[in-house]
Amino acid sequence: MPERAAAATLLLLLLAAPGRPGEAPAADPGPSAARRAELVHLLRHDCGSCHGLTMNGGLGPPLLPATLAPKDREALVVTVLEGRPGTPMPPWKHELAEAEARYLVDLLVEGRVP
Amino acid sequence: MRRRTAIALGLAAPLLPSRPAAAACPEPRGTGDLFVIVERARGSLLIAESTGNTVLGRVEGLGDLSHASLVFSRDARFAFVFGRDGGLSKVDLLERRLAARVVQAGNAIGGAIAQDGRVVAVANYEPGGVRLFDAATLAPLLEVPAVGADGKRSKVVGLVDTADNGFAFTLWDSGEIWLLDPSDPAAPRITKFPGIGSLPYDANVTPDGRFYVAGLFGEDGLVLLDLWHPETGPKRILDGYGRGEEPLPVYKMPHLEGWGAAGEHLLLPAVGRHEVLVVDRRSWREVGRIPVLGQPVFVVVRPDGREAWVSFAHPKNGAVQILDLERLSVAATLTPGRAVLHLEFTPRGERLWLSARDDDRVVVMDTRRRAVLASLPADKPSGIFSTARAHRIGS
Repeated sequence: MPERAAAATLLLLLLAAPGRPGEAPAADPGPSAARRAELVHLLRHDCGSCHGLTMNGGLGPPLLPATLAPKDREALVVTVLEGRPGTPMPPWKHELAEAEARYLVDLLVEGRVP
Repeated sequence: MRRRTAIALGLAAPLLPSRPAAAACPEPRGTGDLFVIVERARGSLLIAESTGNTVLGRVEGLGDLSHASLVFSRDARFAFVFGRDGGLSKVDLLERRLAARVVQAGNAIGGAIAQDGRVVAVANYEPGGVRLFDAATLAPLLEVPAVGADGKRSKVVGLVDTADNGFAFTLWDSGEIWLLDPSDPAAPRITKFPGIGSLPYDANVTPDGRFYVAGLFGEDGLVLLDLWHPETGPKRILDGYGRGEEPLPVYKMPHLEGWGAAGEHLLLPAVGRHEVLVVDRRSWREVGRIPVLGQPVFVVVRPDGREAWVSFAHPKNGAVQILDLERLSVAATLTPGRAVLHLEFTPRGERLWLSARDDDRVVVMDTRRRAVLASLPADKPSGIFSTARAHRIGS
């Protein structure tokens, strides 16, 4: 039951969140404040299980501004959504909308992870 | 003679100063019921006891403890904690303080303690390799760079203790198993088995210490090495268990731990499939597979071998499933907390402790009634370790 309730909450948040596919991308304000908090939690703890709680790397590479700087942001968004076949990096497109992946990539590249 | 000595001591006793340890430890106590809980974000440990299910205290200042694990000294007085940031900390469980600490690498994944308890080994990602330390002082003893057959340094996973004070470990990048005999630190003997398969993500030794098993992420299968007869080389087992199907996304790597033998069976998490694989320990053939609700991470067999409790990767990490090992089927599905990261039984299995990271608590369950007995506040708890591990091979 709690899980279902959590899923329902998540669904509501997702529906409420702006920037879902199908909406106008031009004036995309990104995820809502509540969703941002969830995304940061996901980044620290779930991405962090391979990339480190401090993004300093683990089984997966570090995700620090210095290591990400040479990479193209759009390519990073695609990596988050589609994963990297042949490596343990899974596709997150079932969990994250494109705007949400972009929000996380921006935080990492700009060194702004709260 | 002996009695006379005792009497003499008894007479002398009133002349001695009052017991100096009285303030720190009012009642002498054992450590056999202690549980150590990693608080991954805070960089601290909780020391708890599993008789009354209470937290005794917290030890802080252990660095980055994301994915931290620990082993115990043979007297179960000390924990050796392996931090993500390469920190190796020795913690006194009774005085609940840091006894020693070194930062020995840039990025580490876990470790092991030798059979005789005198050497602690750490598996490092950066720089890839294994380092050995004196368990008494944490003085460095030996460094083994994990330079694979490809000429590059590899991350090391699956480091365990083996017979004769040796260690076994696996090279993630180059796909190798190495056996280390450090009895002569000036000339350590290393036996290498290259080409075991693609991306071995973890490995462990069977509870009897005989077989070392490595799981592969890059291929459907596992690798078995008979440590009684390493000259026979690694063998592939459960080859192609995915039957060529496209693997499902894996949002957290499974762990080969707590897989205690259940009679003739060994239970293993499948990778990229929502199944627990059941293997015959004699033939090393698959005897069944149990469908579960997500990617299994820990498959922990209750010490009596009758059940296994399973935790899952995101997004199913709010559930725990109980497997009936007679019927090889799911007996119950529980939702004991949000983001369940680890499961640990009491030594005889009447209770299970689990960490619910996103609820900031550790839940103690009665395993027969499957009911919650206690809920202990903890700051983003991850690994939970019973001191019973002090006396087990490979843990």
